[in-house]
Amino acid sequence: MPAPAFEIHDMTVAYQRRPVLWDIDLELPEGQLVGIVGPNGAGKTTLIKAALGLVPLASGKVEIYGKSYFEQRRLVGYVPQRESVDWDFPVTVRDVVLMGTYGKLGWFRRPGRAEREVADRCLDQVGMLPLANRQIRQLSGGQQQRVFLARALAQDAQIYFLDEPFSGVDAATEAAIVELLQTLRASGKTVLIVHHDIQTVREYFDYVILLNMRLIACGPVDVAFTKENLQKTYGGRLTILDEAAEAMRQREPNR
Amino acid sequence: MQLPVTLATLSPDAWIVLTGAATNVACALVGCFLVLRRMSLMGDALSHAVLPGLVLAFLFSGSLGIVSLFLGAAAVGLLSTFLTQTLHQYARVPSDASMGVVFTSLFACGVILIKKYINGLHFDIACVYEGSLELVPFTDSLAGLPRPLFTTLVVLIVNLALVLAFWKELKLSSFDANLATTMGYPSAALHYLLMTMVAVTTVASFEAVGSILVVAMLIVPAATAHLLCDRLAVMIAISAGVGIAASVLGYWAAVYCDTNIAGMMTVASGVLYGLAVLFSPRYGICSTLLRNLSMSIRVLREDLLSMLYRIEELDASKSLTAAKARAALDSSWLARWAIAALARTGRIQRVGDRLQLTDAGRDDARQLVRSHRLWETYLVEHLGMPLDHVHEPAHRIEHYIDDRIRQELEENLETTEQDPHGREIPD
Repeated sequence: MPAPAFEIHDMTVAYQRRPVLWDIDLELPEGQLVGIVGPNGAGKTTLIKAALGLVPLASGKVEIYGKSYFEQRRLVGYVPQRESVDWDFPVTVRDVVLMGTYGKLGWFRRPGRAEREVADRCLDQVGMLPLANRQIRQLSGGQQQRVFLARALAQDAQIYFLDEPFSGVDAATEAAIVELLQTLRASGKTVLIVHHDIQTVREYFDYVILLNMRLIACGPVDVAFTKENLQKTYGGRLTILDEAAEAMRQREPNR
Repeated sequence: MQLPVTLATLSPDAWIVLTGAATNVACALVGCFLVLRRMSLMGDALSHAVLPGLVLAFLFSGSLGIVSLFLGAAAVGLLSTFLTQTLHQYARVPSDASMGVVFTSLFACGVILIKKYINGLHFDIACVYEGSLELVPFTDSLAGLPRPLFTTLVVLIVNLALVLAFWKELKLSSFDANLATTMGYPSAALHYLLMTMVAVTTVASFEAVGSILVVAMLIVPAATAHLLCDRLAVMIAISAGVGIAASVLGYWAAVYCDTNIAGMMTVASGVLYGLAVLFSPRYGICSTLLRNLSMSIRVLREDLLSMLYRIEELDASKSLTAAKARAALDSSWLARWAIAALARTGRIQRVGDRLQLTDAGRDDARQLVRSHRLWETYLVEHLGMPLDHVHEPAHRIEHYIDDRIRQELEENLETTEQDPHGREIPD
């Protein structure tokens, strides 16, 4: 049996010793669009960051196609939240998309004509090629998000992690993103998407991860996205987990 | 190695300007990244923190040789960056406070080390603050160059080489540190590299321009360049140019006023920054004012055209006097200007004291009135707004409706013959 595209074993993530994700254990097959859904503070972004090695794991492990992230980073594409970068930075739209190719280039090698062609093709895919020479501070929110998606496409990955790609974008961009996601799925890519709008989960995704500090459910939308599971996810925080986390924090001596 | 130019062949003035320019360019190379990473004050902090490193280097090597100085500076640069990060991460100290604690403490250690172990070393406070560019031509020479210039040039070349070598990595990690890390370019390591470069650059510039003015040279040219361009490579080139210009202007002004040269160079770069704030083509205060002004005049011109059109529409025999038009536009000198501009471009003509549309002016006005009435119709049909509320919004927006939007409106409206007030929508 082939290794699943993405697998988390007993993962716990803590900030300052205070756990924000408890004992997450899940497995995702290849070629699915996966929504990560849960209330604010449920640990959705943390799940992605832990999977990408951006925050340390307190315990457990994450595997991408059966190996650790560090061995497989070339298979991974990442779209952080739009607000996480400075849009006043002196680069053009094409420069940003070119950054997607940096991972495969390795240290010291500069992007050349081949990379620029990749960047332009990716820009064309999100309908932003006419704005390739724009400075990024002149873009609207939806355009910024498209640029980020084009950059992820330029990473030419097998598995993508998107952190709230739909937040603050116009309807046209949302439709364009959904179409793009379907193209990716059709070519066998796996895409994990942090998502806020419960209304559109059934429409957009094949799989869903319901999260609220611990894993509520992970499975095909038909099976996992039930009223009961949603109630568990959104029906208030699990007070025992909160209390336990608080207790661990209080024990921490150097506070 | 002996360079073709030697101390004897260049005038002292030239050496001073060259040293100032080399310092400025070396600083600008790293300064751009500091400004873009929003860590401008790291330069200030590091320039103080390197003091104990310098003292220790002096104590161990027994001299102020260039190699030991740089090693000491680099070591303390790394150490202080490490301490700041660690305090911030593990002791939950806010990052600005941890910077403040680490750098002042290190500086204090340096002062104590000097007092305790270095007796008789001439430690001139004024020299620390303002440097001694004036003395550059009279220092001992290395490879045919004054020592401070030689030191700065070495750092300039090293900085240039590092920025070129790590160009892609520095750019990516400055823009999106997380993406850089996930791609295998650890942004923490690149942060240390940059901080080491800052520490070494500050030390190299120490003798010539002093520890305070070097901070300005790190930040001001970079901030100026940031206002003037949209590409990183261009920003670095412009900041180097600003640095050189500031050196030349500053030297000239210092000689003219008979005052401290390094200080005047810094003032000059401050003045250049001020000019950029005022006159930067895209982000400058003056250019914004000009743009706003030209938009206001355009609005007045278009208001006058559609006013004349409506008068013609009501009663072809009526017309408007220039004085009444100005009064209606309610903004005397701008209105005068707008009327003159319309007459000059052949949109209106004066018949006696009256204003009349020309054929070209009537065509323009028809488009404006069409936009206005299409918009009114849209507001009533699609947003259900009451009739007496649609004129004002349409009046505001008519100036911004281009062919594309007009076409979209036409496609979305049931009727494009008449506006909701029952007036004809012109073609």
